[in-house]
Amino acid sequence: MKRRLRTGLAAIIMFACILGNRALEADPVLHVLVQLPMLGLCGALLAPRREWRWAQGGFAPLLAALFGIAFWMLPRSIDGAVSFPLMTLAKFLSVPLIGALLVIGWRQAHALLRSFLKAQAISMAGFMAFLLTHSPVRLCNNYLIDDQWRLGFGFLFLAIGLAMAWTIPLLSNARPRAWHRS
Amino acid sequence: MQALLASLLVVAAGGGLLWQATDGGQALTAESARRLAVQRAPQPVSPFALETMSGASATIPDAHGKVALVEFIYTTCPTLCQSAGADMFRLGSRVREAGLADRVTLMSVSFDPEFDTVERMQSYGERHDADGALWTIARPRPDVLPQILSDFGVIAIPDRMGGYTHNVAVHVVAADGRLAAIHDTGDFEGIIAAARKALR
Repeated sequence: MKRRLRTGLAAIIMFACILGNRALEADPVLHVLVQLPMLGLCGALLAPRREWRWAQGGFAPLLAALFGIAFWMLPRSIDGAVSFPLMTLAKFLSVPLIGALLVIGWRQAHALLRSFLKAQAISMAGFMAFLLTHSPVRLCNNYLIDDQWRLGFGFLFLAIGLAMAWTIPLLSNARPRAWHRS
Repeated sequence: MQALLASLLVVAAGGGLLWQATDGGQALTAESARRLAVQRAPQPVSPFALETMSGASATIPDAHGKVALVEFIYTTCPTLCQSAGADMFRLGSRVREAGLADRVTLMSVSFDPEFDTVERMQSYGERHDADGALWTIARPRPDVLPQILSDFGVIAIPDRMGGYTHNVAVHVVAADGRLAAIHDTGDFEGIIAAARKALR
């Protein structure tokens, strides 16, 4: 995709996320599973296409992204983004950065590391699904227990979706490429 | 080498961030964070006036040097506040048993003061055997309510069935206006221990 097109797209998404912030934050499913990924996509679209020595192998940027994701997986952070303007600002700045770091790291990551991260992403989504549907208490003061439950199911569908998206291509291409050559 | 160094740096910074963001792994939710924060360092709350279910006026913090045990409710609450009401009644008995009845006051504060009139507070009080002396139901002026809720860290959200969902707890307010502790409504030992501490 052309650079200008990517920048324009990122600007539109960012604009929509900021304008719709109140409405998106009102529903945890929209907040966590729509707005946050959209903000991440913003950063991913804007990520510079170059390779740095510090990012060799993708480890440093991917680790940084994982810590960022871990931070936004804390119910407390999500609650904070709804309650405190400063945390809202942190969300709009840090989540695009996480998206950019993911892209920068992914480009330089070995196939094994990529596979590991895919497996990790599926299991984390599954863990969130379990936590949110089974917690006896409300995890966010800003959200109803029903909404927490819906978000849990959202994570369940996400886990299933990711697992399918990443395994089905493998099934249709059952023979590893190396075999083709011989 | 550069990549390794950068990775180690990221791990150190990321670990520090998560440590900070969870108060050293102790608070993953906003609710536990607010309880931990007052437990570590009691926070001052702005004083406010209340109208009680008998139409009298009261204040938090208490004007007569008593420790106030404060919960937030709305009188038409079908679920949580009803069990919290039962907890408050039992807490009252425990306070009497502990010999603290003349140094502690129990207050159920409505966060829906426009709807919760004196009559409605009265009927809520009667339903839960609030005696009006040790334990009373009261409402603040609507215009100071946002400040109160923010001072106490209470969030009430519409539950789409005409009521509210809110975090339920007993807040221990010392006579000097410090919010000294926040406990589950059923944690009588914890509340009474915190009240004793706040009296010192």
